Amino acid sequence: MSAKEKTWKEIAMAGVCSKSSVGFMTGDWKTYMPIRDLEKCTTCLTCVMLCPEGAINWRPEKGKIDIDLTFCKGCGICANECPTKAIQMKIEQEG
Amino acid sequence: MQKTTKQQIMGLNGDEAVAYAVKQSDVDVVAAYPITPQTIIVEKYSEYVANGEVKTEFVCTESEHSAMAATLAASATGARTFTASASAGLALMHEMLTVASGSRAPIVMAVANRALSSPLNIHGDQSDSMAERDSGWIHIYVENAQEAYDSIIQAFKIAEDTGISLPVMVGLDGFTLSHTLERVDVLEDQTVQTFLGERKIPLVLTHEGKTVPYKLDPENPMTMGPIALQNYYFEFKRQQDEAMRLALNKIQEVNSEYAALSGRSYGNGLIDQYKLDAAEIAVVCVGSTAGTLKVVIDGLRQEGIKAGLLRLRTFRPLPVEELRNALKNTKAIAVMDKSMSFGGHGGAVFHEVRHALYDVQTQPPVVNYIYGLGGRDTNPVVFRTIFDDLLRIVRTGRVEKQITYFGVRD
Repeated sequence: MSAKEKTWKEIAMAGVCSKSSVGFMTGDWKTYMPIRDLEKCTTCLTCVMLCPEGAINWRPEKGKIDIDLTFCKGCGICANECPTKAIQMKIEQEG
Repeated sequence: MQKTTKQQIMGLNGDEAVAYAVKQSDVDVVAAYPITPQTIIVEKYSEYVANGEVKTEFVCTESEHSAMAATLAASATGARTFTASASAGLALMHEMLTVASGSRAPIVMAVANRALSSPLNIHGDQSDSMAERDSGWIHIYVENAQEAYDSIIQAFKIAEDTGISLPVMVGLDGFTLSHTLERVDVLEDQTVQTFLGERKIPLVLTHEGKTVPYKLDPENPMTMGPIALQNYYFEFKRQQDEAMRLALNKIQEVNSEYAALSGRSYGNGLIDQYKLDAAEIAVVCVGSTAGTLKVVIDGLRQEGIKAGLLRLRTFRPLPVEELRNALKNTKAIAVMDKSMSFGGHGGAVFHEVRHALYDVQTQPPVVNYIYGLGGRDTNPVVFRTIFDDLLRIVRTGRVEKQITYFGVRD
């Protein structure tokens, strides 16, 4: 353990987070990744609303949907729920 | 004697005394599931809610696991919370008990102590809460309905101290206390509310670098109870243990403060002694058994036998120094356990008391009596034989039987 780790007297009680989780790459161990077919996508935003990780974002300024693979865990909910079947899950290494 | 505040005499059983104390403590949320012998607490409290006598949000949950989860969630918003359980209900809560203590939620819970299945038994013993001794909760055990009432009020004050912020369970023996009508002197509502005040909330430093009260608040978002692995988990557990140690002082402080108000105190809040000064032989017990043992001791004292009693009121945190000081000059000690630690060397209380006395130079012999399981009746006549055993140990200097299953048919 590194010397800069804090002691029990220095940390907030009860495991309150001392730093934002934005820096934790929670999507770096996924097995499957979503691949979108832009021809089929109608930007209905179903995937944006249903992503449990908030990893699919609607960018109104660009008029498009972004999938942030840094936080995507590959659960496949987006692919399952997409009404036009515009998302397919592929093994990450093959994607 | 110091003049105490105005009080009213009521006829209440232990469960009703608990419910009445909660009613006066201005509790925001009660989430509970009824189970014998705790049922009266939940019934009585839901009556208060239905009658509009309290402003509490009462949540009827579908299980005790949910009851603890809901209580914890409410506590996380800064609310004052209470629940009650017993036996299998407490066992079902087990997972959430450690989440509550690890989250430093100052929940107060009454446990109407009851045996654990199997075989099914609804009667009083302390197997349920003794099995939760390492759950990170403060454990207080009471002797009678009056103390049940007083201890619930005190428990909020102890739990909500910002340096402690730990949940407290108050154990009252099933049926012996929960269902037995006693005289209970109650304080006025306003007195209790002034004594407790509003719940105080400790400050924490969040990921945004802000120092804010530790509660769920959209203005000051924070992550509670996240993952802490090899690098931080141990530090959080060390914090919890430190809070327990601080509670040793706080419990005594609250006991004195409450005594000034009500005229009632329970030893120093940690241990309650009866004729223990200059006692040669002593019995250590937890809960309502103390009342019965006092009767036996009075009889022995009349015969000139120097017998005394130590009631361990606070079991967690364990008052090690107090146990040592109170017992070091005795010549033989019997520890009473109303639960079994299967395959262990005696019961839970025996482990602690004998362990505490290992470092005392006099090292008085300590023997264990496991008794009253499943509500098996014990009375002054049978308890007398324990003191006879202790006298024999003092006389012969020899312990013949270290652990006795007291009252079981051999």
